[in-house]
Amino acid sequence: MTALPTPTGGSRREWLLTDRPQSRRQARLGQAYRTWLAFRGNWLAMLGLGIVLALIFLAIFADVIAPYHPTIGGDLRTERLLPPSWEHWMGTDGQARDILSRIIYGARLTLLVVTLVALIATPIGLLVGTVAGYFGGWVDTILMRITDIFLAFPRLILALAFVAALGPGIENAIIAIAITSWPPYARLARAETLTIRDQDYIAATRLQGAGSARIIWKHVVPLCMSSVIIRVTLDMAGIILTAAGLGFLGLGAQPPQPEWGAMIADGRRFIIDQWWVATMPGLAIFTVSLAFNLLGDGLRDVLDPKARK
Amino acid sequence: MAGVNDKVAKLEARDLDVTFRSGRDVVRAVRGTSFAVAEGESFGIVGESGSGKSTVLRAICGLAPVSGGTIKLDGRDLPNPRDAAFYRQVQMVFQDPYASLHPRHTIDGVLSEPLAIHGFDNREERIEKALTDVGLGSDFRFRFPHQLSGGQRQRVAIARALILEPSVLLLDEPTSALDASIQAEVLNLLDGLRSARGLTYVMVSHDLAVVAHMCDRLVVMQHGRQVEELTRAALQAHRAETDYTRQLLAASEGYTPA
Repeated sequence: MTALPTPTGGSRREWLLTDRPQSRRQARLGQAYRTWLAFRGNWLAMLGLGIVLALIFLAIFADVIAPYHPTIGGDLRTERLLPPSWEHWMGTDGQARDILSRIIYGARLTLLVVTLVALIATPIGLLVGTVAGYFGGWVDTILMRITDIFLAFPRLILALAFVAALGPGIENAIIAIAITSWPPYARLARAETLTIRDQDYIAATRLQGAGSARIIWKHVVPLCMSSVIIRVTLDMAGIILTAAGLGFLGLGAQPPQPEWGAMIADGRRFIIDQWWVATMPGLAIFTVSLAFNLLGDGLRDVLDPKARK
Repeated sequence: MAGVNDKVAKLEARDLDVTFRSGRDVVRAVRGTSFAVAEGESFGIVGESGSGKSTVLRAICGLAPVSGGTIKLDGRDLPNPRDAAFYRQVQMVFQDPYASLHPRHTIDGVLSEPLAIHGFDNREERIEKALTDVGLGSDFRFRFPHQLSGGQRQRVAIARALILEPSVLLLDEPTSALDASIQAEVLNLLDGLRSARGLTYVMVSHDLAVVAHMCDRLVVMQHGRQVEELTRAALQAHRAETDYTRQLLAASEGYTPA
């Protein structure tokens, strides 16, 4: 390959958008830039992306941003259940802890849950779905029946079983959510694979002597990826809500961890007189779930070739 | 089959049967077809849609289930499943260039994959040369298929088939998805490549004019059976022996008002 032409100032955009790329890198970057341009046109999706980025920022810099300590409260005689004020923007809870600080630290737990569930469930779902769809026959039957079995587990009951077996905690909640959330991705990937595997470009690759693993990994997975990513993003809201639900039931994060669901459960006792204790974490869950939904919808418009206008 | 029997045929099918089964449905797509193709020859298979002509090609590559008969390459039975050595000898160009290129792979990716699978060296030069040979410049190398026209895509598909330097090329209606002006270009390209490299072609088409232009000999198929074998000279002189071939010949001359 010849030396890469280096982009210069004003022509960077042209370099990215050229229909005659000179290198692998330029072709790939150009494609990514086109996707970004299409995504940028959707302001609701950009809003979702902004909120998700803000959440990540809060989680990373919680130590710097949060005005108070998340688990050590103030004076229990004078600072319990204070309404929102300039000192405590979201008020304080029953242990005299600043709710804003707890929500900021809680972003870490929320992100941890969402990221780990996505990292565990997506590869399992993709692998099971593409292998089942590609090979068909008895492989398909066995893998899909296993998927059905996992699909039949109610999340909360499985989480209960996990907590009973392994002890309560956010890690076990993550495992419980992850192993109950991959089956839809497997089904999605299988359905996509069934339409892909009989295409001429797969036959052509087979005629070049490619093995099944290469075909699945290099040809089938990239095409299933976009719809699975969209589905995972849209499921993020559900994952956050399930984690919050587990926290609410006392099966997820344990006190004094600042988990948003557990915080709502904590505020339940004061819901009539001190509304802010349960409302503020509820608003946080609502905002982040909405942001992931907007982001997922935006990604669908950009990535799903079938929905392309 | 005079002229073929005196030496070992490059590719030979004898009493070939292809049967598709799904549940209780049984479709016998090809029934007892036999032909032999000499090295360097261009052989045509003609028939209407559903006559089983494309299935013959797919059976040769191992993409369709052979239920009877034999296929031989250089006088040897083909292994089942086909091995890497077979794929280096025999390659195929598909009918629809819009379906035969992966939508997310650049032309570079499409061409470098077979080289990687078979462990070829000098990949950069081979890719550049393959593109030049089919009349595409290196400008096209890092484009995606959606940035190419139908004719350019089919050239890429031909480059992909030729990059492993096979000796037999199976052509499944390589021009029927292209418009008339591009058809001639692609056919001339294929003709030129065959004479330059001494390739053996097996070409499937429903278009007698295309086959008459490209092929030395041809068989006519109908309902999975072989109806007639013809030479190019016989075809051009309209010396068909069966009614069906005469009908095809009449149809290929286009619409004539009654």
